[in-house]
Amino acid sequence: MEFSELIRTGRAQAELLPGPEEAPLRGTLCVTGHHLLLSPGPPSTPDLWLLLLRSVDSIEKRVAGDSGTITLRCKDLRVLQLDIEGVEATLDIARSIETNAWRLSEVNQDFSLCSSYPRAVIVPRAVDDDALAQCARFRQGGRFPVLCYHHAPSGTVLLRSSQPLTGPQKRRCAEDEDLLRAVLTGARPGAQGFIVDTRSSQAAKQARMTGGGTEAKAAYPGWKRLHRPLERGRALQESFVRLVEACGDTEQSMDRWLSRLEGCRWLAHVKEALSTACLAAQGMEREGACILVHGAEGTDSTLLVTSLTQLILDPLSRTITGFQELVEREWIQAGHPFQLRCAHSAFSHTRPKHEAPTFLLFLDCVWQLGRQFPLSLEFGEGLLLALFEHAYASPFGTFLCNSEKERCLCEVRTRTHSLWSGLNQPKEQRKLRNPLYVPNPLAIWPSVEPQSLRLWQGLFLRWTRPPEPSEVAWEKVWQIVTEREKTGDSAHSFCLSSQPKQ
Amino acid sequence: MEHIRTTKVEQVKLLDRFSTSNKSLTGTLYLTATHLLFIDSHQKETWILHHHIASVEKLALTTSGCPLVIQCKNFRIVHFIVPRERDCHDIYNSLLQLSKQAKYEDLYAFSYNPKQNDSERLQGWQLIDLAEEYKRMGVPNPHWQLSDANREYKICETYPRELYVPRIASKPIIVGSSKFRSKGRFPVLSYYHQEKEAAICRCSQPLSGFSARCLEDEHLLQAISKANPVNRYMYVVDTRPKLNAMANRAAGKGYENEDNYSNIRFQFVGIENIHVMRSSLQKLLEVNGTKGLSVNDFYSGLENSGWLRHIKAVMDAAIFLAKAIMIENASVLVHCSDGWDRTSQVCSLGSLLLDSYYRTIKGFMVLIEKDWISFGHKFSERCGHLDGDPKEVSPVFTQFLECVWHLTEQFPQAFEFNEAFLLQIHEHIHSCQFGNFLGNCQKEREELKLKEKTYSLWPFLLDDQKKYLNPLYSSKSQRFTVLEPNTVSFNFKFWRNMYHQFDRTLHPRQSVFNIIMNMNEQNKQLEKDIQDLESKIKQCKNKQSDGVLTKELLHSVHPESSALKTSLCLKEQTLLPVNDALRTIEGSNPADNRYCDYTEEFSKAEPGVVSLEYGVARMTC
Repeated sequence: MEFSELIRTGRAQAELLPGPEEAPLRGTLCVTGHHLLLSPGPPSTPDLWLLLLRSVDSIEKRVAGDSGTITLRCKDLRVLQLDIEGVEATLDIARSIETNAWRLSEVNQDFSLCSSYPRAVIVPRAVDDDALAQCARFRQGGRFPVLCYHHAPSGTVLLRSSQPLTGPQKRRCAEDEDLLRAVLTGARPGAQGFIVDTRSSQAAKQARMTGGGTEAKAAYPGWKRLHRPLERGRALQESFVRLVEACGDTEQSMDRWLSRLEGCRWLAHVKEALSTACLAAQGMEREGACILVHGAEGTDSTLLVTSLTQLILDPLSRTITGFQELVEREWIQAGHPFQLRCAHSAFSHTRPKHEAPTFLLFLDCVWQLGRQFPLSLEFGEGLLLALFEHAYASPFGTFLCNSEKERCLCEVRTRTHSLWSGLNQPKEQRKLRNPLYVPNPLAIWPSVEPQSLRLWQGLFLRWTRPPEPSEVAWEKVWQIVTEREKTGDSAHSFCLSSQPKQ
Repeated sequence: MEHIRTTKVEQVKLLDRFSTSNKSLTGTLYLTATHLLFIDSHQKETWILHHHIASVEKLALTTSGCPLVIQCKNFRIVHFIVPRERDCHDIYNSLLQLSKQAKYEDLYAFSYNPKQNDSERLQGWQLIDLAEEYKRMGVPNPHWQLSDANREYKICETYPRELYVPRIASKPIIVGSSKFRSKGRFPVLSYYHQEKEAAICRCSQPLSGFSARCLEDEHLLQAISKANPVNRYMYVVDTRPKLNAMANRAAGKGYENEDNYSNIRFQFVGIENIHVMRSSLQKLLEVNGTKGLSVNDFYSGLENSGWLRHIKAVMDAAIFLAKAIMIENASVLVHCSDGWDRTSQVCSLGSLLLDSYYRTIKGFMVLIEKDWISFGHKFSERCGHLDGDPKEVSPVFTQFLECVWHLTEQFPQAFEFNEAFLLQIHEHIHSCQFGNFLGNCQKEREELKLKEKTYSLWPFLLDDQKKYLNPLYSSKSQRFTVLEPNTVSFNFKFWRNMYHQFDRTLHPRQSVFNIIMNMNEQNKQLEKDIQDLESKIKQCKNKQSDGVLTKELLHSVHPESSALKTSLCLKEQTLLPVNDALRTIEGSNPADNRYCDYTEEFSKAEPGVVSLEYGVARMTC
């Protein structure tokens, strides 16, 4: 992600009040990758007024009527006031300056800080690479907090990390505290933050005994912890195995089936995952808060929550390419250990060691979103099924290895083909695409009541019952949609062809 | 009218049924002669027909007012808080009176006036003609004939006047058999499968006790099996659990002894009785109504209610019928105890599986008229239309609709109608707005003069047909395309759109049905436009060759012409229908969704209302 892409508006008319002693300056305001410029109009043409964005310490915006005011407090203790014409322009300028609170860091270029992170990560501009190294030492597996999503409408961010290594002595790390403080100041003065811990508070406390733990309240002012325990590891794998077992038994009575569906708890996990993601999304969109998600290692349930949150908030991640990017960024690059987690599916006789269907749970949650918002996802069940298959066994290299580092060592990029290029071939589109897709710019808030969640039959009962009806219906929908396009086109061409006759 | 003391109460709160933070809307409550109406501050109206009200409860007074909980037969549950206890008491008393009428004449249907004249009304009643339907099935024919034995309701009061029986069954045989059957409901034709020449027949249980026999009854059954030229044996399906049927023997009733009847194969299919079904639904609704329900409680509640097990039992019985006819070419005689509940379920569903006509909108109406209304399913008692015995109320017909819904889920292209059609019919079996479902049998309906005093539901549904069409329906299927549903347990799902039809926050936020429907319509419109334009261009060319080019014609191919305008704007408009877009926006409010207790986590300062669960401090009526 390039930061210049985050600049929302090129220019606006503004008046600068540099201070009580100096004369106000009028002109065109412009935000670039590194600077804020004010160019006075041609009549006077003195030099450009220039401000390095990094020198902005805090920013405050106010709108009244059809103009707005931005107050910039600089690191050299200067206070500047910008009066800008147009409310939209004000907000856009403010946001553009704000987003520059972030930078791309290549501190992990050689995977030395964190073996499960990619080479480049996005971090607060105020934190330098040395501080990041300190943070990495304070977080399990070196997974220091990094940005995973910037929600432009609210100006808030979603971060993820692993647990802090507070240990029994309740260790602290000044750099880590600085980093999280910088996140809040980068968002807006007085912004609130929530740490969504995917463990119960008891489990988080217990983790201290083994060197882990959780952020102490006093050490992180402005941040509040929420515990949303999500099932993980072996228990999740067992849930999956029991569900598949139940789905394989076509002779069982209704009561037995329902009690096994309940007993495997799979849908309870779906509900928990979705509602945690909704909580995070709501915190960002409604409360204007920044969210940091972590559990223990930060490679499983953490990714589940951050990726679902983005799907709820970000319309782009609901397109086919956007979703592929989401999977690539939030799962593959983010270091979900696919090789370990997907070594076996539900039928293995060996005792599971590292297997866990976290990614499948994610796909299931996406499927539930798709059922509740059937027009808002550009992809259909087909893409989710394909991802499920390829995660467990694939001729492509995309899901190979456990981290970017391993993939580099194995030269996956040069020696295998990418699944994405395989999926994006035109002949696959009819299977993967949702014919009814209409872009929906809004956040999609699913219902997480048990009555609204359903077993994903297309996956779990795929081989147990004949799938024809739904497939035939899918074909029929495609037919109607293409017919519509055809008739629409020919009506249009009729219109054109009849024109010259007049 | 004399029951209404207060007609309007202001500042009434309507609580969100599932909100854990007691979210509410404030508005005004109106009481009319037929409806309870709530208009909230956004001018959104909630209409509740008095006849839909199943129960009214007044809970103990709270600081904010007096809570009033109304449960409806269409599964709407509303929870009002009325500021003054006096008003609440008045409304409570009025509703108690208004929701339970003692006489048929006080029901809504007798005052409902859709502004039609007498001939229109009569036409409406003639829309569904069962004589026509029997003709369509292929009777009378050399094996089956119309019997006039019950023309004056002399043999059986709960049967219709016109009944089809085997040609070789003489009147004395029929009369004799009817004396040997509960309530005189002797075996008659329900559905005739023209291609297989096999029949579905229905009756009530025989009065066999431990050893009684009836030669006429045995003859009649033999006549039925003989009326099938292909297969000489027939199935006798007792839809009850074996234990229940055996217990009936002690009361002088029971089931057929295979030894006494030649060529019958006797079979129990084990569908439970109306009382079991009633309490099963009750349990289901209790589970659903729980606030903050967990996934596990939901599924264990679903299991404990047994509801889906009962639905599966009905479906399995219907499949048994269809298979007997399709695979073995055998006729089937179905009965339960009185032959008007389970028998109606099984016969109608069986026919629906066998004959694609019943899967059309009109055909489904015919099916309900035939197997439910004319054969005396006791709608008024089962739906509790009048203030009567609550033990007679049972969701037998609702189960039938649910089975049909399960079929529409398994066969998305087989039905001309959609879910909304089923929901609408369910709405009206309880609404008492139309005459169709009033009374318990045809004789009673004639005595009530329903055809003169009330309107028929069917023409109104047909007029609104567009709303009920399944856009995926493929009408090309042959008449005798049989549906073979898979009844493995996991194919049965909780019917959220029925039992939560008014709890909109639980529903998907966008509807595929609507959008496909719109597309289909647009396709048709565009195709029509193209045809119009083509013919106009043709005309135009002809005239051009004649050297005549009128101004009017020029106009007709002008791109601004109305036909083109519509087609082009259709192409450009987004496909979201209006109410759909509204839904999306509404669903886009996370506050509707109650992600557990987030409100407490984000802001502790929510005004606390005393939470009142059902059953706490309830007032006895």
